[in-house]
Parts: sequence; C-alpha cells; structure tokens
Amino acid sequence: MIVLEGLTKRYGTTAVVDAVSITVERDSITAIVGTSGSGKSTLLRMINRLVEPSAGRVWIDGRDTADEPPHLLRRRIGYVIQGNGLFPHRTVAQNVATVPRLLGWSDARIAARTVELLEALQLDPARYAHQYPHALSGGQQQRVGVARALAAEPKVLLMDEPFGALDPILRAKAQEDLLAVRRRFGTTIVLVTHDIDEAFRLGDRIAVMRHGRILQCDRPAALLTRPADPFVAELAGRGDRALRLLSLTTAGDAAEAVPADGADREPVVRIRADATLREALSDLVWRGATRGVVVDPDGTVRGALRVDAILAHGRSC
Amino acid sequence: MATRRRIDRLGGVFTLVGGVALAGAPFVVFKPNRIVPGVPLGVLIALHGATAVAVLGAVVLAGVVAVFVANPPLRLVASLGGFVAVALGAAAAGNAFTPAGDLIVRIAPGAGCWIALIALGLLAADALTRLRPGPWTRLLLLAAFFAVALAALAHGTFDHLSVMREYRSNAGRFAFEARRHVELAFGSLAAALAAGLPLGVLCHRVPRLRAAVLGSLNFVQTIPSIALFGILMAPLGALAAAVPLAARVGIAGIGAAPALVALFAYSLLPIVANTVAGLARVSPAAVEAARGMGLTRGEVLARVEWPLALPVILTGVRIVLVQNIGLVTVAALIGAGGLGTFVFQGIGETAIDLVLLGALPTVALAIASSVVLDALIEVAGGAQR
Repeated sequence: MIVLEGLTKRYGTTAVVDAVSITVERDSITAIVGTSGSGKSTLLRMINRLVEPSAGRVWIDGRDTADEPPHLLRRRIGYVIQGNGLFPHRTVAQNVATVPRLLGWSDARIAARTVELLEALQLDPARYAHQYPHALSGGQQQRVGVARALAAEPKVLLMDEPFGALDPILRAKAQEDLLAVRRRFGTTIVLVTHDIDEAFRLGDRIAVMRHGRILQCDRPAALLTRPADPFVAELAGRGDRALRLLSLTTAGDAAEAVPADGADREPVVRIRADATLREALSDLVWRGATRGVVVDPDGTVRGALRVDAILAHGRSC
Repeated sequence: MATRRRIDRLGGVFTLVGGVALAGAPFVVFKPNRIVPGVPLGVLIALHGATAVAVLGAVVLAGVVAVFVANPPLRLVASLGGFVAVALGAAAAGNAFTPAGDLIVRIAPGAGCWIALIALGLLAADALTRLRPGPWTRLLLLAAFFAVALAALAHGTFDHLSVMREYRSNAGRFAFEARRHVELAFGSLAAALAAGLPLGVLCHRVPRLRAAVLGSLNFVQTIPSIALFGILMAPLGALAAAVPLAARVGIAGIGAAPALVALFAYSLLPIVANTVAGLARVSPAAVEAARGMGLTRGEVLARVEWPLALPVILTGVRIVLVQNIGLVTVAALIGAGGLGTFVFQGIGETAIDLVLLGALPTVALAIASSVVLDALIEVAGGAQR
C-alpha cells in the first residue's frame, strides 16, 4: 500500500504538485491522468524520490520513504518510462539483470528470473536474451523495459507514459500484457498517462489531476456517474460516457439465469464471458438480436444476456 | 576473380602521378658529401639490369592492377609489392653508388622515389579501406608492417641510403630523443586526460560552465604553437628563479617543462570537448531509467554514460595524440628535445637527410597511433551502432 500525504513540489513560488493526498491499495492499479503540465509525472517521480518533495510524505507499506537513501529505495521500486530507456550497449539479459546485479543476486537466480520474465512477456529467451536492444522492434523493447523494471520482484511498479511511444495496436497488446503480468506477479502499480481510454482500461482507480491538484480519485464508474468537477466530467467524456460505463463490466458478471421458457425464434448469439458489455451490445446490435448466451472459454453456458439488461448497466444511477 | 572492364579513376590518378614522378623526377640524388647539392639520377640511370627490370615490372604491374582490377585483395598485394620494390630499388641504388668502405658519399632517395612511394602507399591504404578489415585485423596488419620495416632496418637493407647514414652517426642520440619524443607526446596526453575527463564531466553536468570552459580552451587552441612555447618561457623561468624547489623538480623557462605545459594546454580542448559531446550523445531516457532503477550518480556515469561516450572520447584522444606527436617536433626549438632536434639541426646544417631522420619516424609514429586508436574506437563502439 502506498500512502501519499500532503505531497507538494514547489519550483520557486509555483507549486507543480500541490498538497496531494491519495492512498493506493495493495495489488491495485491506479492511473493518474491529466493534461500535460498537470504535475502528474512530478507526482510519480516523488514516489521514488527522483524528485525530492518540498513538503509531505510518502509511505510504502508503512515505511516512510524519506528514511532510506534514495538509490536503495529505488531498487525496491520498478520504474518504466516512455521510450523504455534500455541500455543500448547491454544485451536484453544484461538489461533485465541490472537491479538484481546491484542487489547482489547469484548468477543462477538472475538467470532463472530473466527467463521467467521474458517468457511472461512473450519474448523467447533463447532468441532474444542475447540480442542488443537495437535489434528489437519498438513493442519488444517496451516489453524488455517492463521485464527490467520487474526483475528484482518489486512490490511497487511506477510507470510514466509507458505505452506512449507505441502505435494503437501495439499499445492495446501492451496493456493486455500488463494486466496479465499484474495477475501473475501481483504488483501495486501507479501509472501516469494522458490517455483517458488507457486509464479506464487499466485503472482500478483513476486519479484525475489538474494544475497540481487531484480533482478526484475514484473507481472508474464513479468518475462517470458522480464526477466531482466539470473538468472530470469533460475528461471522462460526455458523448460516450454510457458506452464507457458499459465497457467497465464484463458479460460474465452481467449474465442472468437462462429463462425457463427458453423457446425462442431469434438466432442465438454467443457472447464470450470476458467480453465487455460494450462489446456484447455492439455484437447484438450488429446481428439484429435482442438477447444472447454468455459462454465461458470452455464452451459451458453461463447465462443469458438481454439488450435491455445491458442498457440498464449504462444508466447513471 | 571479380575483374571488371571499367577503369578505376582513383587508381588512374595515383598511377599517373607515380608514373610521371618516376619517369620525370630524380629517383636518387648522388652527393659527394652530406651538405653539397647533389647530382639527380633518373630511375633508368640509378637502377641496372635485373634490378631495374624487377622494380619497374613491379611498379607497372601495380599501376595496371590499380587501373583495371577491382578485386581489393589483388589491389592490396600489387600496390604493396610496388611499394616494397621501389624501397628496395632505392636501397639497391644506394649500394651500387657507394664505393666500398666509403662513409662520405650520400645517396638520398629523390623526389621521384618519394612520390612513387606515397602514391603506392595511398593505393595500398585505399585497397585496405575497400577490404573493410575488422579492428583486430587492422592492428595485426599494422604490427606486421612495422615488424617487416624494422627487420629490414635492423638487417641493414637501407644502410647505404643517406637517412640511415645520418642515423649511424647519431644512433645514441636517436634512441634518447625518440624516447623523449614519445614521453612528451604521451605524458602531455596523460596529463590532459587526468584533468580533461573530470572537467568534461563537470561541463556536462553544469551547462553554465560549458560555454566558458570550451571558449577559453578554444582560445588557447588559436595561439600558434611556437608563440605559446615562447610565451611560457618567461613565467616558467621566473618561477624557477623565484622558487628553488620548482627549479629542482625540473621546471625551467626552456626544456621539457614549458613544452609539457603547452602540449597539455593544446590537448585539453579535444579531450574536454569530446567528453562533453560523448556524454551529450547518451540517450536521456537511458540515464533517467538508470537513475530510476537505483543506480547512484557514480554508477550511472561508470556503467551507462561512460561506455556510451567512450568512442567519442577516444576520437578526442586520437586527435590529441596525432597533434601532439607533430607538435613535439616544434618543441625542440625551446630545448625540449625529441625528434624535432634532428629536424632543426638538419635545417641549420642544410643537411636534409638529418631533417628526414627526425621527420620520418615522427610521421610513422603519428600514423601508427592513428591506426591503433581507430581500431580501439571501433572496438569500444562495437556493441552499439
């Protein structure tokens, strides 16, 4: 758990970050979203003390980060930046091994961890471990950057616009990978982005930042249904907020028991349980159906899903 | 074999220059003693019989290959063959025109011989460039070339040529001055590295300092070397007179001290400027990531910035070394010693052979340093690209 308390950074008389207090739950993803110049990167960099706070405190798992030399603190915290920052003169394996080497891990432990991480990020160790970064594609370099940040088993991972340099298709893939990695390694992640879609896609909680202040830090649905500020409502999107709300629930969670009468002349639309309601609705509209069956990946039917039930999920109350 | 019917223009130019020089300019100059003007001898007079046939044959072959053959290994072998043949031809002329036991007569290689050697040497260098050998191969080739040249000198192949005659009468001093030359060039480089690398890192970290430091060093670089040597004589002389300890450790207005100081001053700009440029070239994202992962400032410098900047810094070292090897020659004027001693003594005595005794090893040293550092730069930059 990360607790920020009255965290402030002033340059001269300007407060770039102004008395920010938020709590990040263990093993959750908090997305800090805001326009450029909102102070979100500075806020992130105060957590690992790349920027020293002018005032306020940061606690990680009950320890005040100010009590530790900054470089030792940073070795316990993963850090991923835009453009990955891989060392061009080191191989993929050497890049990944950076922090474990600083911590004095044994060669065997480092090698095992490197293989584990590269496999988790879908980079064949036999093929890529001894390549230099320039031989990799942008997406692969970004994944090596994530592997490097996770190498020393940090409990906390800070990400500053990690997918900003990727094209939309690679970005979606990278976001999926991140969710998979989080499920596998269980890491508390704080992620800075200017992309509200990314925030909605990844964040368990979203902190909206403007002029150095947090306007609202809440669950994604609450940002849509109960925006604390006109700016939050604007950022969350007025035009498609209903659809965005639908995208926060999966078909599996919304499925209802199959009605007893069952007999139906409509074609049966099969909906994957992990599809969002937004995707389910789109599919039903496309096929001209008013209901579908929700199926698990193994093919068993989990329940039924009616269009009007889906629509109910998109209402603000 | 990759033979093409096309004419190689570069090879054509070198062949033309070398050919005209051999045909029109004297191959050797015969002098009854070391200072009188000599009698120029053309290549057909200087060389006889089988020697003439062999030398001219090798040169013509090198020319034909240079113009009509594209295959780089063949071009290298042919031009090197021509080079060796011309050098041996000059040696043969020296042997032929020196009466047995005579120590006064001087046979000097003439303009034609030198120009042909330069043209053939450039052809060989060009062929080498086209072969694109790796850094280690280049070092090996350099070592082989020097081993052969030194073996030939030790064997006495060129003993009857004028430069070697001058060497014979100055052998003791030559070893001393050559060592002094190397000490001055490398000593000032070492001092410049010791001061320039930290200064470069400082300039990189403190941008405000950068313009001031580089500006001052740039200014030093514009002072002509002879002027700087002269300017330093007064303050260092005064220092030696005022502080007895300074005089005791060798500081004086003339000699090695002002030479070292001047060479050090000239060396600083390339070292500092290239250190700054090398560090500036390191990706800010890599440095940011390194700091974010918990590397200390020193670790970031040693493990990320330094290895990435090294090729550029080594380029500065190469500039300094080649520049210093040349400048040390001038430092002989203020009594610093070095191979320049022979150059200036030769000028004073109008003994051009003595000038060459100082100049030729200087050139060889500069070329060798340049080749070695080029190879190091490539090795240091190997992983990046």
